[in-house]
Amino acid sequence: MHRFAALYAELDRTASTLAKREAIAGYLRDAPAGDAAWAVYVLGGGKLRRLATSTELRQALAASTGYADWLIDESYEQVGDLAETIALMLPEGDGSLADEPLQTWMEQKLPALAKLESADRIAQLQAWWRALRPAQVFLLNKLITGSLRVGVSHRLVVQAIAQWSGQPTDLISHRMSGPWKPAADALIALTHAAGDDEHLADRPYPFFLASPLEHEVETLGDVAEWMAEWKWDGIRAQLMRRDGHVGLWSRGEERLDGRFPEIEGAAAALKSDGVIDGEILAWDAQEKLPRPFTALQKRIGKLKPGAKLLASAPVCFMAYDLLEHNGSDLREQPLRERRDMLAALIDGVDPALMLSPPVVADSWATLTVERQKSRQRQTEGLMLKRLDSPYRVGRKRGDWWKWKVDPYTLDAVLLYAQPGHGRRSGLFTDYTFGVWDGDTLVPVAKAYSGLDDKEIGQLDRWIRAHTTDRFGPVRAVEATHVFELAFEAVQLSTRHKSGVATRFPRILRWRTDKGIADADKLDDLRRLASG
Amino acid sequence: MSDPLLQPRPEGLYCPAGEFFIDPMLPVARAVVTHAHGDHARSGSGRYQVAAAGIGLMRERLGQDALIDAHDYGETFRMGEVEVSLHPAGHVLGSAQVRMAYDGRVVVVSGDYKRDPDPTCVPFEPVPCDVFVTESTFGLPVYRWPPMAQVIDELLAWWDDCAQKQIPGVLFCYALGKAQRILAELAPRTERTVHLHGAMLRLVESYREAGVRMVPTEPVSDSARGRDFAGELILAPPSAAGSPWMKRFSKASTGFASGWMQIRGNRRRRGYDRGFVVSDHADWPGLIRSVEDSRASRIYVTHGDGDTLIRHLRDLGHDAQSLRVLRSTDNESGG
Repeated sequence: MHRFAALYAELDRTASTLAKREAIAGYLRDAPAGDAAWAVYVLGGGKLRRLATSTELRQALAASTGYADWLIDESYEQVGDLAETIALMLPEGDGSLADEPLQTWMEQKLPALAKLESADRIAQLQAWWRALRPAQVFLLNKLITGSLRVGVSHRLVVQAIAQWSGQPTDLISHRMSGPWKPAADALIALTHAAGDDEHLADRPYPFFLASPLEHEVETLGDVAEWMAEWKWDGIRAQLMRRDGHVGLWSRGEERLDGRFPEIEGAAAALKSDGVIDGEILAWDAQEKLPRPFTALQKRIGKLKPGAKLLASAPVCFMAYDLLEHNGSDLREQPLRERRDMLAALIDGVDPALMLSPPVVADSWATLTVERQKSRQRQTEGLMLKRLDSPYRVGRKRGDWWKWKVDPYTLDAVLLYAQPGHGRRSGLFTDYTFGVWDGDTLVPVAKAYSGLDDKEIGQLDRWIRAHTTDRFGPVRAVEATHVFELAFEAVQLSTRHKSGVATRFPRILRWRTDKGIADADKLDDLRRLASG
Repeated sequence: MSDPLLQPRPEGLYCPAGEFFIDPMLPVARAVVTHAHGDHARSGSGRYQVAAAGIGLMRERLGQDALIDAHDYGETFRMGEVEVSLHPAGHVLGSAQVRMAYDGRVVVVSGDYKRDPDPTCVPFEPVPCDVFVTESTFGLPVYRWPPMAQVIDELLAWWDDCAQKQIPGVLFCYALGKAQRILAELAPRTERTVHLHGAMLRLVESYREAGVRMVPTEPVSDSARGRDFAGELILAPPSAAGSPWMKRFSKASTGFASGWMQIRGNRRRRGYDRGFVVSDHADWPGLIRSVEDSRASRIYVTHGDGDTLIRHLRDLGHDAQSLRVLRSTDNESGG
């Protein structure tokens, strides 16, 4: 544990991706393979589930320190991270458990903790804390609360493994996509040279991700070298059929099998095997348009949707690329060929499996006009893909661009604030904004980003001085400040008090020139949502 | 509040029976100044009473022409009807607590203070009193300072790491107190020269004149233009971060020495490569211990996260109240 705690401290202390990669690679080289496998797992975002509740952690802290609950709450509010608050408040432990390997914690001690009765769990936590140094207490708590937040992406872990093992990044990435078991042999298997008999049968390919178009579209050159299609607002996924077996994977590399039977049924009906990249959409068959993302949300959580839900919230798979056909990897072939093969593969098979239609234009000017129809088409804009491009891994710039339409904006009043986490812990950075419904302000959006550090600091001090009420960590503040928010869409929603839900709201700027009377009205949002 | 010894006024904390202010923010006739930090020592007042140990720094701050009376620690002098004495606060060189005795009652205004050992100043001395006024810059139990030796270990390891990478290490710290404490703590551990930002030169000189032993220092401005500071340690005030002055230290690793660095979120937010937990204020246990040591029947808490400390002291059975004294809100400077 002390070795992993030291790695964590090293990762935490640098913002450089290169330094982080070096640190992880160094750890992988030095640590026992069993520990290293678990480190890869947790750094990549894996976690053990439901080990202890935050209430139990607080109770254990109160019992260990004798501090009052309110004092623990105040401290937590300042620090913004329970794992760290605990490490900072506890008396220093003796370090007698410092040498216990990470593998033992992850495979034995922590799973055993989950099985205890609540009172015993609290006692066990206290005993562990007494036997660990502060940095290790912090890390243990992080493992228990399940969020390392150390600025390490899955991709960075893959690169570190590639550096350590000397194997290509793409190969490691592919081997790690899908479920990966944190065990010594699994880690060592990652580092083998690629063999002809490599069996990656039930794994998706690493997704190729588009970058936002930041320059004028004309800078992309000849329009004839590009294919445009709508930018769908659904769940990015790979639909695969191999040896007749069907699988569905989200971009988060979660298996979605069973959730969308109509899509799996369509894949089963294909004439031959293949791996298709596309988007799961809630679909209105009459209008031939996607339905709002909220409709899709009804389906996401349902492991085995019933007949009623299937009828009321139908979905489709909008296919836009073919990565594999009858067992052969097509990713190095140009897009134009992959698209032709895709069209041939899915043509007329099943209405739930559609080809994402190209948006045809003979000039960038025509395409710019077409793009104006994005919202009518219930899409976020256009995707631009170079017809000669291979299917790459990850976010590589140059061949795939997302050309989104400009967001909607509204002026809203700051109503509530609560402290952020990670880099923003201890500062009030999570804001709730409202608009006028008659003569009251009703919340319509939560936003976390868009202000610079100076504005965040200024607003934080103002919030502390102008709190009118407290609900746990949430502060109600005086209605004073108006902010211009951007959002991608607004939908009617029964789950929200205001009756509308904004999608991807973020702060464009602080409108110090506006008073609260200038804020927008809920009726306008409702009209937009129904419109 | 109608205490004859203590009254908050717009100018600062006032002592009616002695007709003087403690650390006035505005010019007044008679001032007692606890220490030389800019938010406590303001020029323009008629006459100042300060601790002799900090006279050099006070002259720097208050001007060479200011009327200043210097007193040894523990020496009593009269201000109106009040018997006043200054006692070590352990904050920076020459920092003092103000003890005021009048009509059989004793009030102690501790100013800024810390309880951790510091080679650059006389340690805090507990002074028994009826009313104790304490700061609370770090008034939360998450603030507990690590031993200085451990911080210096980390600092030296960072310096070595910079040397190995052939890059400069720029450590930002407050120019008065924090910088000299670090230079003095380094003295028994290394003889390497540390380079100083211009804003620190006179203050470091003042400390040397007062007999504080520190590592050798050299002004950055003495180095030839285009000099490569690879592997060198440079001390600079936080205001130098992001300024054009930093351009000469290409690829530098940056560090910040402050009590606020105890919290990971602060470390990450500040964007420095390294955070070193060094404070010239009392940590939470230091605050509680000082309140207990004072044996006072009433406690007043000034700036910082005061509400938490007050509530906790009340939980412990103390009569604790808030004392609002206006001060410039630059809490980073003193961290």
